[in-house]
Amino acid sequence: MLINQFLLLGAALFALGVYGVLTRRNAVMVLLSVELMLAAVNINFVAFDRLIGDELAGGQIFALFIIAVAAAEVGIGLAIILLIFRNRRSANVDELDLLKL
Amino acid sequence: MCQSRAVPLLALAAQTPNLYSPRPGPQAASASHKGFFETVLDQYFGDYITVAAFLGMGALLVAGAVLASAALRPNNPTAVKSQSYECGIDPVGGGWSQTQIRYYIFALLFLIFDVEAVFIFPWAVGLETFSDLGMGVFVLVEMVIFIGILVLGLVYAVRKGVLRWE
Amino acid sequence: MDVGDWVSTPQNWVFLVIALPMLFAGFKVVQTSNVVHAVLYLVGTLGGSAALFILLGAEFVAWTVVLVYIGAVIVLFLFGIMITRAPLGFDVTLSHPVRIRVAAAVVAFVLFALVGGAMLAEFENQTIPEAADATRTVEIGLSIFDRFVIPFEVVSVVLLAALIGGIVLARRDPAEEEEAGVVR
Repeated sequence: MLINQFLLLGAALFALGVYGVLTRRNAVMVLLSVELMLAAVNINFVAFDRLIGDELAGGQIFALFIIAVAAAEVGIGLAIILLIFRNRRSANVDELDLLKL
Repeated sequence: MCQSRAVPLLALAAQTPNLYSPRPGPQAASASHKGFFETVLDQYFGDYITVAAFLGMGALLVAGAVLASAALRPNNPTAVKSQSYECGIDPVGGGWSQTQIRYYIFALLFLIFDVEAVFIFPWAVGLETFSDLGMGVFVLVEMVIFIGILVLGLVYAVRKGVLRWE
Repeated sequence: MDVGDWVSTPQNWVFLVIALPMLFAGFKVVQTSNVVHAVLYLVGTLGGSAALFILLGAEFVAWTVVLVYIGAVIVLFLFGIMITRAPLGFDVTLSHPVRIRVAAAVVAFVLFALVGGAMLAEFENQTIPEAADATRTVEIGLSIFDRFVIPFEVVSVVLLAALIGGIVLARRDPAEEEEAGVVR
């Protein structure tokens, strides 16, 4: 297995995530695209870990920590979106313009 | 704890029997007579190949049954048949209603303690190895701190009353 | 490694069988106009990444993805969608208009071309060793509890912060509720 096939897959998924973050109006969908980008990063980490044969399995440990932090991020992020929705009756990012004059 | 110690620890851990090595015992003597499939199934992917084969057969069975029944049964769709069933009364409004926010807190609690469980697995699996390496107490203290910090969160949740269902 | 070697390795075919549906599912995540479908396509992408981890010999990470992402994060997303009353059917206003979408597609493609080109140039023919020596969970444990102790303990603090923060944000304050005249 070439390392590049995994890296290209990761790059493609990351680019798809960027596209999603830029195009989605609904805040929940933006968060969903961020998850796509994190999955791409995890693929790269594990592929590099296997490539260099790390004795400490550092790449896999990083992937585990990314998963843990991503879980915390989703929990807080969705709670913030729910709060915004409760106050503004909308979860669309382009309607959150209270700070604009 | 430090870089210099980590390598010999791993070398010691490598002496424990490998999970994916061919099974020892009577079969080991006849290893040279093994066919292609036994050799493949003894390797790392063997278990997953078995699972994939079962999954494939199961999917084929279900697909075959559904397709066969679709080919044999009479086909006569009407609008009434595809209505959602609501105790025999005509359904009113959409099939969707807003969920209460309290469900979210329970899902969040589940998520947090799910992640905690993920970090407990390698600890529980490696307990014997850790105590063989003389770091049993150290690892135990680590895990007590880890769980202790998260129990603080559980105590907070209980004190705030979010676990009460009214 | 030339093309003949690549084609004659069974792992590469398994990779293709996993990776192409993953890319399709990832595309549908950002493109579909049905919120629930987007979440379910994300399950496909994450399941594919778990399969790739097994292919790479990182079993523990693979099952962690299944347990945490597919088991818990997706559930949280579905709750988030149901609570924010996002329209469950097809909704064309879920994405920005075409003008912005084209610009975003250009940005994403340039990013992919840059990153992919750099990687192709750097790692031309390096191959990943066979996964005959898959990483065992014990080794992961030895690494976490010996070398990565501090990050491990910090993760518990992060999780605690997420737990308390989520409760503070999402809990409905009873006093506030009485003010709003909600009947309990």
